[in-house]
Amino acid sequence: MSEMIATSGVRPRQLTPEEIAEIEHEMTLYPDKKAVGLEALKIVQKHQGWVSDESLLAISRYLDIPAADLEGVATFFNLVYRQPVGKKVILFCRSVSCWIMGCESVRAAIREKLGIDYGETTADDEYTLIPVPCLGDCDNAPVMMVDEDLHRRLTPEKIDAIVAAYKDANDQGKGA
Amino acid sequence: MAKIIVDGVEYEVDSDNNLLQECLSHGLDLPYFCWHPCMGSVGACRQCAVKQYKDADDEKGMLVMSCMTPATDGAIISIKDQQAVQMRERVIESLMTNHPHDCPVCEEGGECHLQDMTLMSGHNYRRYDKKKRTHRNQYLGPFISHEMNRCIACYRCVRYYDDYAGGTDLAAMASHNHVYFGRHQEGTLESEFSGNLVEVCPTGVFTDKVFSQRYSRKWDLQAAPSVCTGCAVGCNTTPGERYGELRRVVNRYNSEVNGYFLCDRGRFGFGYVNSAERLKVPVRQGDGQQEELDANEAHQLVQRLDGKIIGIGSPRASNESNFALRNLVGDDNFYAGVSAKQHAANQLILELHRDAAFHVPSVREIESCDAVLVLGEDVTNVAPRIALALRQSVRNKAKELAESANIPQWQDAAVRELAQEDRSPLAIFSNYASRLDDVASDTVVAGNQKLVKLGSAIAAELAGESASAGLDEAERELIGRVAQQLSSARRPLIVAGSSARSMELIKVGANIARALGKRSGNVIDFALLLPEVNSLGLSLLVQKDKDLSAALGVMESGAAKHCIVLENDLYRRAATSEVDAAIAGVDSLIVIDQLATPTSAKADIVLPATAFSEHEATYVNYEGRAQLSYQVHRNHSAARPAWRWLCENPAQQVEELVDRCAESVSAFKGIASLLPDLNSMIAGMRVPRQSHRYSGRTAMKAHVNVHEPKQAVDSDSVMSFSMEGIPASKDATVLGASWAPGWNSNQSISKFQDEINGKLKQEHCGELLLKDKQASGDFFNVTADQSDANNGLEVLPAYQIFGSDELSAHAPAIRERMTDAYLSLSPQDAEQLGLKHGQGAGIAGTDYVAIVCIREKIQPGTVAVYCGTEINPHDLPERIVLNANADIAERGIRGLIVSDLLEESY
Ligand code: SF4
Ligand code: SF4
Ligand code: FES
Ligand code: FES
Repeated sequence: MSEMIATSGVRPRQLTPEEIAEIEHEMTLYPDKKAVGLEALKIVQKHQGWVSDESLLAISRYLDIPAADLEGVATFFNLVYRQPVGKKVILFCRSVSCWIMGCESVRAAIREKLGIDYGETTADDEYTLIPVPCLGDCDNAPVMMVDEDLHRRLTPEKIDAIVAAYKDANDQGKGA
Repeated sequence: MAKIIVDGVEYEVDSDNNLLQECLSHGLDLPYFCWHPCMGSVGACRQCAVKQYKDADDEKGMLVMSCMTPATDGAIISIKDQQAVQMRERVIESLMTNHPHDCPVCEEGGECHLQDMTLMSGHNYRRYDKKKRTHRNQYLGPFISHEMNRCIACYRCVRYYDDYAGGTDLAAMASHNHVYFGRHQEGTLESEFSGNLVEVCPTGVFTDKVFSQRYSRKWDLQAAPSVCTGCAVGCNTTPGERYGELRRVVNRYNSEVNGYFLCDRGRFGFGYVNSAERLKVPVRQGDGQQEELDANEAHQLVQRLDGKIIGIGSPRASNESNFALRNLVGDDNFYAGVSAKQHAANQLILELHRDAAFHVPSVREIESCDAVLVLGEDVTNVAPRIALALRQSVRNKAKELAESANIPQWQDAAVRELAQEDRSPLAIFSNYASRLDDVASDTVVAGNQKLVKLGSAIAAELAGESASAGLDEAERELIGRVAQQLSSARRPLIVAGSSARSMELIKVGANIARALGKRSGNVIDFALLLPEVNSLGLSLLVQKDKDLSAALGVMESGAAKHCIVLENDLYRRAATSEVDAAIAGVDSLIVIDQLATPTSAKADIVLPATAFSEHEATYVNYEGRAQLSYQVHRNHSAARPAWRWLCENPAQQVEELVDRCAESVSAFKGIASLLPDLNSMIAGMRVPRQSHRYSGRTAMKAHVNVHEPKQAVDSDSVMSFSMEGIPASKDATVLGASWAPGWNSNQSISKFQDEINGKLKQEHCGELLLKDKQASGDFFNVTADQSDANNGLEVLPAYQIFGSDELSAHAPAIRERMTDAYLSLSPQDAEQLGLKHGQGAGIAGTDYVAIVCIREKIQPGTVAVYCGTEINPHDLPERIVLNANADIAERGIRGLIVSDLLEESY
């Protein structure tokens, strides 16, 4: 791959041994390195929470994929985070069924409770709210996912309880 | 031939094509965006919908994308069908929802494919009144402006830039209604062919930044068919002028040479024409004094020189100027203004041109070759447009695979998906890694000796001789592989030339091609690259032994009283001390040039010459193709075409000179056919350089004189400096800017083509001068020169697309992309010499200092030297010793793109 000197000050970071091991494993599953781009982005995100410019360049270098192409992949999927996100990501469905079932009032409750709207992160870096199309659970609309947990048949009132539960779990985790 | 019916009319078609292409070939108006004649179809924009019927009884039909539907025999379609019309209108309406409608401030306006298609589709009023998505634009370097809001997401830019031109730093980002076409981060677009984005993007996202700085609408530009003078490829261009300034250069379609694309040197390298440093008046100078001369007096002075005069011609001057100089001084006193080595290489190349065993292929033909060996050439930096063609040649494998899988060639995505990384072989043997290496099947980076050795082994292998002497296992395998690829190819191609400054390498190329020809009985494609626009033309006018060394010798000896130097800087052609001594030996030195040079600084008389866009002239490209370049605009200073200073008649017309050249130099016999006859023009009317819509003509000089001045008369050509006359409407004999009813953008070119991607109607593609072949010669006896390997590093010449060409290096935009003179070293040598990347190093025995560039793939013991504008390459010995230079610690190398920089070192 060609290199042009000094187009930007950003330099690739060093991938961690864990990241490299996982990427290497993926490489055994695909016919060529280029195909591993998306998996590598997911691996780095898993370890770092998000994909920084430095991480993107590191993967680009490691897999010999042009940074522009990799950026194309990273930005195509809105669950690859190219900005830092909170510790928990709320994937909030705003598709048809959830909309009919009143997701807008739930969104308002989140805004009220956490002070964040779509694309925003709480000041304490605890939550990021991201809108998504249909989560595939329409019969339980409105729904949202917090990390891996699906929360169904949401009402504005349920938000308080959900946030409180996460806070408890978090505190306990710290305590233990 | 297959037939299709379009709206009740029967057309003969090539069933290997798609419906869109065939409709356009037949001159029908059918809107499209994502399809491109060179890039095929992907069906992304849905703009080209037509109705297709199963048979004559089918009344309902169904909508299909014409670009994705083959033109099968018997197909019945309708463009005019109401549903199809409506579909196309709605598609464009939806594409336009986010478009800012900023035509008045958009550089694309007036030559915008999106404007044309919008009108053609009948979407005249917008209904969408919601918010539009907006984007942030990027800085993309000195050539290209970015205005992403105008994007209609047709994907043409990335398909051109990445898929076609091999760029890696432009991509489609994000998804749905906010896709973004740009770089990963702001920064200069790295591709040497980025300028084509301006013409590929159907709207104003990528526009010409140089043009923007001094902008005019297309219809306000005075334009004429011209030829790029940036290198020996001779791409066809249409420069545009306004208010006495050259404003831009765009591609001019030539089916055999450049097709639809130019390189960035050609597109952005014209700026020197407008430079304040242009020579404007004839002067007599000496002893620090300068005296302006009256132009007629100066002309007379040249004509009445007494005593022996010698003339030094130039590969960057036209045939006419060189011929006029030759006539003035006499055949025996006319010398090539190129170094002895270059002249010898040119003569050898001429000899090979005439050898019946070889054919020097056009750019178009190069694209169709299916196995290529490049010997010692940095094609991207020496003959850029050919590098783009070689990039297409490796796709012949994909085309073959598609054919055997029954996939039509125009199904671009399918063909690429099928082939993946499968490519036709391209072996590159070069002095340093090249920008084509990413698609090469084999690369060897080494000094000339080794390249000669390996090349000779290939020739021997092909000739059925033992090739293994002195080769290691890996080398034997490589030789066997390349020989096998070349001999089993349908159309193999050898690329060689004068860049590596090795006659042996050219001879090795000839031996390989000859051996291939002997095996197959075919004439073998042998592309011989030369450095400058008229290198070949000059060589045809000069006697074999009249190189620059000979001229300098005559001058130094005092045997010549006067020397006339035509558009040439001798300090780029021979060692400084030799030139100094030669100049000291003549009574008077007369220099004719466009810009001041170190040579003109030493002249007694300096005469200003017009630039390529200011005169009509012919040039001979690397194939021996003579091409005519028309005058675009006038020069308002005392500058004259060089031949007018040199011919007795100060009003000498170029056409008569061309005729005389054709009569008196046998090689130029065919050149007169380049001149169109005024009588063959419609009603004997001249072809206007200005469009019918050219505005402000009567007011242009209003600040000087309120009366409209008489339009200047062009006595030289069939074109006029006015709007009057008959512009090309279908016939392309004299086609500068192309327009057709409803088609204001460059895509109107399809209206002038016989068929899409084919010849222009009545096009003159130029005249091949070296068609007469002599019997095949013999194999060359090649011995690699043995130089003393113990002392210093072997110098290998390095080239840069932006900087190696003398004139374009004066263009402001090109300057922004130029790099320092640099010394490419292997990491081993750098370490041994204690040199770091980006640090200065002095060249022992000279005053020159250059920047160290550590490259992964340089053969230890060699140094690739890029001389830039700082170093006279002829001052360097064949081997050099380097010393660290403390003054330049680590400044890096600005804007350099190489394919194998060492990662740690920058
Ligand atoms: S930038 Fe131009 S070429 Fe690229 S997708 Fe947008 S409109 Fe098409
Ligand atoms: S390849 Fe050569 S002739 Fe063609 S545009 Fe570039 S510089 Fe001009
Ligand atoms: S619409 Fe929300 S889960 Fe399907
Ligand atoms: S041109 Fe046919 S879909 Fe774009």
